[in-house]
This record gives sequence, structure tokens and C-alpha cells, in this order.
Amino acid sequence: MRFMMFMIPNISDDDWMPPVEAVEAMTKYNEELTKAGVLLALDGLRPGSEGVRVSFPGGKPTVTDGPFAEAKEVIGGYWLIEVKSKEEAVEWAKRIPVADGPVVEVRQIFEMEDFPPELQQAGGR
Amino acid sequence: MQVERVPGDDARRAQGAIEAVWRIESARLIAGLARYVGDVGVGEDLAQDALAAALQRWPESGVPDNPGAWLMAVGKRRAVDLLRRKTVLDRKNQELGREAQARSLQSDPAGPEVDDDFGDDILRLIFVACHPVLSTEARVALTLRLVGGLTTGEIARAFLVSETTVAQRIVRAKRTLAEAKVPFAVPEATQRTARLASVLEVLYLVFNEGYSATTGDDWLRPALCEDALRLGRILAELLPDEPEVHGLAALMEIQASRARARVGLTGEPILLLDQDRARWDYVLIRRGLAALDRAEKLGQGLGPYALQAAIAACHARARSASATDWVRIAALYDALAQLTPSPVVELNRAVAYSMAFGPEAGLDIVDALGSDPALRGYHLLPSVRGDLLGRLGRFEEARAELERAAALTRNAREGALLLERAALLEQAALLERAALLERAAGSGNGAAESRPR
Repeated sequence: MRFMMFMIPNISDDDWMPPVEAVEAMTKYNEELTKAGVLLALDGLRPGSEGVRVSFPGGKPTVTDGPFAEAKEVIGGYWLIEVKSKEEAVEWAKRIPVADGPVVEVRQIFEMEDFPPELQQAGGR
Repeated sequence: MQVERVPGDDARRAQGAIEAVWRIESARLIAGLARYVGDVGVGEDLAQDALAAALQRWPESGVPDNPGAWLMAVGKRRAVDLLRRKTVLDRKNQELGREAQARSLQSDPAGPEVDDDFGDDILRLIFVACHPVLSTEARVALTLRLVGGLTTGEIARAFLVSETTVAQRIVRAKRTLAEAKVPFAVPEATQRTARLASVLEVLYLVFNEGYSATTGDDWLRPALCEDALRLGRILAELLPDEPEVHGLAALMEIQASRARARVGLTGEPILLLDQDRARWDYVLIRRGLAALDRAEKLGQGLGPYALQAAIAACHARARSASATDWVRIAALYDALAQLTPSPVVELNRAVAYSMAFGPEAGLDIVDALGSDPALRGYHLLPSVRGDLLGRLGRFEEARAELERAAALTRNAREGALLLERAALLEQAALLERAALLERAAGSGNGAAESRPR
């Protein structure tokens, strides 16, 4: 089963570029994931202030430029991992080398079998 | 030591957390302990002892901050106890005991100490688990258990045998390794190619067992595919200079990328060219193409796994079935047939040739194979021959071949699919005969008995 681990750094956009030591520690962690054969993909995201949000008031797409009011909740990056259980995903999340502040959200990815047949069919199956 | 709070009323949660730690840590734990005592069997027993201690302690105390180091420290302490208990100690054992004791004293159960060279240890573990002194079944069971972190029960379910059978297989395998005095080491340079081939064979066998179950109604047992993929990825990191390791990783990634598309809603198989390519897994395809690229960049030519991966990559790169580069695939099969000539490769080469150069080119290769005793009872021979005959409009012969294939396959769903195709051909034959009769009646020349071509 696959999980996304979302990193929510809880920092302002001004501090978005991490210090060298943090990058070194994270690189070591990413290597651990690779060597364990569980890492499928990962990416870091540019700050929320550069992002846009598209909402649909009245069904009409409306674009809002960043930064956003609730900037603290912004996602900073993700890992996509393939593991045997939710507990294993959590165990990997616990090993992410960060100090006080950031939050990591662990979410399982839907598999086709998770959906009832009518949804599978609507999904093009 | 900071501990995580585990809810006292939820032992299952603690159990799940321990299983997760085991999944992550067991290979390096077993490998580290095996090197420590110089014996894989004893190493695994010690690791199991450490696991038992964790199962006893962690539900109360919480999972320690560095669970791997905790398990290793307990395992090493047990190793020292074990060596002390031995009544007959030869000189070598005494030295080992003293060394182990000295090392044990340096490591605190809660300390951060984990051996740095665990990567080398895992490599040793893989090579020993796939040692040629063991039967293929034993290699598979031992690899999944020691390196993959699977329980005996999980292995039993995956291979549709009893748990007792797997347990006995593992016990016997460990005994065989001990009796043959197989050292806990990577093979010497002279044996390396052959030993690596054995490792790759085991991984691919596990993958295929999951990908295409040889018996029963289940077309896919994805858990085994994931286990094999994970082991393949681990091996690719441990042996980055071996092109065939990347070749096998690439092959498995690309084949696994089609898992979702190759089974229909009611469990019926969908053949490669009929698959909805939007349902392929492009994360795995990208990984597979990257792995193939690593194999090619090593510049030592492509081995059998990398060639098969290159063929799979041709399909993966094609946006639609009709956009497939069959000429390239035919050339890759030529290379594969040169490197590892076999009737099965020839059969695939025939399919590629038929797609690249027309059904007759394929039929020539298939008919040259017709009498090969190795293919007697192999359902894909009549299946492929039936397809080619059908494409040549020889419907009656085609239908007979497909029915023969259906009778030979051991996969119930595949058999049903073959019979369905045979029925379609029968229909085509009837329709054609009707059309011929109609035409004959129209022109009044009585040619209805002429053989449809």
C-alpha cells in the first residue's frame, strides 16, 4: 500500500530555504528510504507566496495569488512511499529528522479496490 | 530515554507498531547478528529472541526512540550469553566470545549505536539466502523471511502451502547452510556472476509468483510483487555497478506498472495490447525507465534482464498499442534469443515478428518450434499459433489451437479468456462461410466448398 507523507513546515515564507545542516540530515533520511526500497517519489515545493489558489464561487473559476491568510498550514513537500501497513508508514514518518515545529501528515492513497463497483466504472474501468 | 506513549488498552496498536519496526529493521538486525556469530541460522534465532523481548517490553514501555539499536543490543547480549553457555568451546569460539563481549559492553541497549556497514551485511545475507547449495524453494523462503521480513505464515499464504511446510523448509535450509559451512560473506570474484544470477533468479521468481499465479483463480497476488520490487530496489542500491541488477529492477517496475490495467472489473485478464494505458502506473514506469537508463549507462552491454526491460520499455513508451515500435522489439528479441536461446523466447520473438513484419513472419518462427519437446504442454504455443492463424484468416485451425491452449493452461481465468476467443473465431468462420455461400449462390459458380483464406 502507498502513503503520502506531507511535510507542513509551519514556517514563514522568508525562512523557506532550509539551512545546510537540515538539508544534509534530510538527504541522509531520503537515502535511508531509498536503501530500504520503500521510496517511490519525493519533491519539495516552492513557498506558498508563489502559489495560487483557484476557487469556484458560483461554479466560476476564480484565481487568488499567494500568500494566503492561513500561511502556516502550507505544504512544503511530500514523500510517496510503498509499505506493508499504516504502522510502517507512521514508523518512517517518526524518523523524519526535524526539530520542534513541523507537522507531518500521513495519508493512505486510494487503490481502485477501495471504491465500490459503480465508482470504479465511473473511473473508466 | 524518551518513549512514545502507547495506549494501555490498545495492545493491537502496540503489536502493529512492533511489526512495523520489524519490517524495517529485521534484515539489518539478522544480518548484523549473523556476521557477529558467523552463522545465519543462529543470527536469525537471536533476532527472533530480540523481537520476543520487544513484544514483551514495548507494550509497557513504549517503542524506544531508536528501536533498531535497541533490538541489536538485545540480540548481541543474547549472543554473548549463548557463546558463554556453550560447554565445548574451541579456541576460535573463545576468541569470538571475548570479542563479542567486548563489543557488547560498548553498546547500551538504548544507545544510538548501529553498525555503519549494515549495507554490506545485508548484501552478505542476500547472497547466503540465495546460496546454490539450497533448493530454489528454500532460497525463496529464506530470502523472503530473512531479507524481506515476511513471517512464515505470510510466505505460506503467498505460495499456497501450509505454514508447517514453510517452517520446515526454513529449518532445513538453515541446517544445510550450517552443514555446508557456508561462510557469511559475499562470494569471491570468480563466483560472483553465477551467485548474482541466483539472487536475481530468486527475486524474479517471487515477482512472477505474485504477478501471474500459476495455479488457482487469482490472476494477481500483488503483495509478492511489492516484496520482490522492494528487494530489487534494495539490491540496486547495494550493487550500483551491476547492470543486470538495474535491468531486473527496471523489468519489475515496468511490469508492475501494468498491474491495475491487466485485470478487469470481474477479475478477467486483459492482454497488454488491449489495456487502457491511462490506467498504467506512471510513477513505476518512470522508475523503470530510470533503472534501465542506469543499466545502459554502465556501458557493458545489456544482459537478459535488461533486454527484457528494454522490450517492456518499448511498450511503456508507446502512447497507444498501435504506436508500439515493433521493429525495435523484434531486434531486442533477436538479441535476447542470441544471449539466452529458449523456445519461450522464440515464441515471443515470433509474436514480435508478426507485429513488425506480418503474421506469416511470426508463423514461420512458431512452426519451426512446433516439435520442440520443451514446449509440449505449454499453453502459450497453441495460443500464439491460434492468434497468428486467425490473423491469416485460417479460422478453423485457429479455433482448434485456442481450444487446445485453453485445455493446457492451469489458470482458470486465462482458460476462460482463451475459450472466449475460440468462440469468436468460430463465429468468424461461420460468418465467412455464410458470406462465401451467399456469394456462391449469387454468382452460381458453386465455389462454396473452397477453403477460406
